[in-house]
Amino acid sequence: MQLVVDPVRHTTSPLVTGGSVIGIKCSDGVVIAADTLASYGSLARFQNFSRLLKVTDSCLLGGGGEISDFQEIQRLLENLTTQDFCFNDEHKKSPRSLHQYLGRVLYAQRSRLNPFWNSLIVGGYVQSQSFLGMVDLYGTTFESEVLASGFGVLLGLPLLRKAYRPDLTVQEGIKIVEEVYRVLFYRDARSINRIQVATATVDGVTISEPYSLETKWDFKGFVNPRSTYDESTW
Amino acid sequence: MFRNQYDTDVTTFSPQGRLHQIEYAQEAVKQGSAVVGVRNKNYAVLATLKRTTSDLASTQKKLFKIDDHVGMAIAGLTADARLLSKYMRTECLNYKYVYECAMPLSRLVLRVADKHQIATQRVSKRPFGVGLLIIGYDQQGPHLYETSPSGEYWEYQAMSIGARAQSARTYLEKVFETLNSCSLDQLCRHAILALRETVAALKDIDLSTKNCALAIVGEDLDFTIYEDEDVLPYLDVIETGSSQPMDGQSST
Repeated sequence: MQLVVDPVRHTTSPLVTGGSVIGIKCSDGVVIAADTLASYGSLARFQNFSRLLKVTDSCLLGGGGEISDFQEIQRLLENLTTQDFCFNDEHKKSPRSLHQYLGRVLYAQRSRLNPFWNSLIVGGYVQSQSFLGMVDLYGTTFESEVLASGFGVLLGLPLLRKAYRPDLTVQEGIKIVEEVYRVLFYRDARSINRIQVATATVDGVTISEPYSLETKWDFKGFVNPRSTYDESTW
Repeated sequence: MFRNQYDTDVTTFSPQGRLHQIEYAQEAVKQGSAVVGVRNKNYAVLATLKRTTSDLASTQKKLFKIDDHVGMAIAGLTADARLLSKYMRTECLNYKYVYECAMPLSRLVLRVADKHQIATQRVSKRPFGVGLLIIGYDQQGPHLYETSPSGEYWEYQAMSIGARAQSARTYLEKVFETLNSCSLDQLCRHAILALRETVAALKDIDLSTKNCALAIVGEDLDFTIYEDEDVLPYLDVIETGSSQPMDGQSST
């Protein structure tokens, strides 16, 4: 009889990861964006991976962190919307309900000491109301007018807060988000200048095709970083 | 002693294709005191007739609040109803915990009807001897559902179950098409008048604050039970026979 049993093991660090997700609430909808990179450690392994998801006709999800866990969450949400369809009673999950549901799922997982290693941003537009909420790998849920995950918390949030106005339109929101991703691409080594922008408005949910952001590398400091100072500015 | 060879267990069909135990359970519903449910575009109302086993006893509970947006009236075995109400309360709480919103009525009624159905298909069980009129308000507006011991359920504009419910249904059949354009006070009046039909033939009973209770749920109103003196304003309208709108909200 075996007396010593090996302890239960879980993955304790993510393998294939997505970077920052950015969300901004607008007066006529919400904007969520993500770049299309899935890194394998520091290797830019998958450069055309979509981390944005249409959950219902009014609700969006963006995910960063472990990609396989994000795909599992994607499966759970598909299950949920399929069940709603099968009830055939016209009841659909609101963005707020999905946000709460994901919070419960991620909290349950972390309580098993086996968290879904993600930060998720849920956005939606229902009955002329924008919703924007976030869930982290511990199952913490919160709502805000501007949200960012990953490196975006450090570099993106200050820019988002500065740019935010309650009367922002979705079109303005997209411009702001693009600017944030440009900054992120310059400074965050796990990012790429190829992004997708998703919106939830009165017309429903749209997720753009991936597109590249214009970048400019001929700044003096980039070209000859040592010319002005003795030490590198990097 | 045995009137029927096929009625000793729930799972055996009679040669006529009937399940007698279920029909007996439905008989228990018919023996329970009457309840009436009506609904318009914004509200749903239940009216109930409470019975006592003796003058010394209190009345049997007929109305159950399930959640802020749902409640029900029962006809049949109160003990069975208590179990079902506990189940429904748990389901509503669970839904609110997971989805942060009130449980849709159609989902709740489906679950409780499934619970009824399971009791008709297992040897170790018996059907619930209770019928429910469930009212509630969700994203799609007010609802009124009936469940049966057989596991069937229906949605209605107006319905009555329990003892002599047929006379109430006859009244409701005359007025149900006008209900959607009714005010809340008129809706309550119809519920009480329909309920009164069930005691009209009885000499020794009339609707009073002692034996009548009312419950309302709607767009701006959580499920609220009105009984004892709170139900008086609603009964007064019957006494005077006037259709004047009354100040129903003030009785909370």
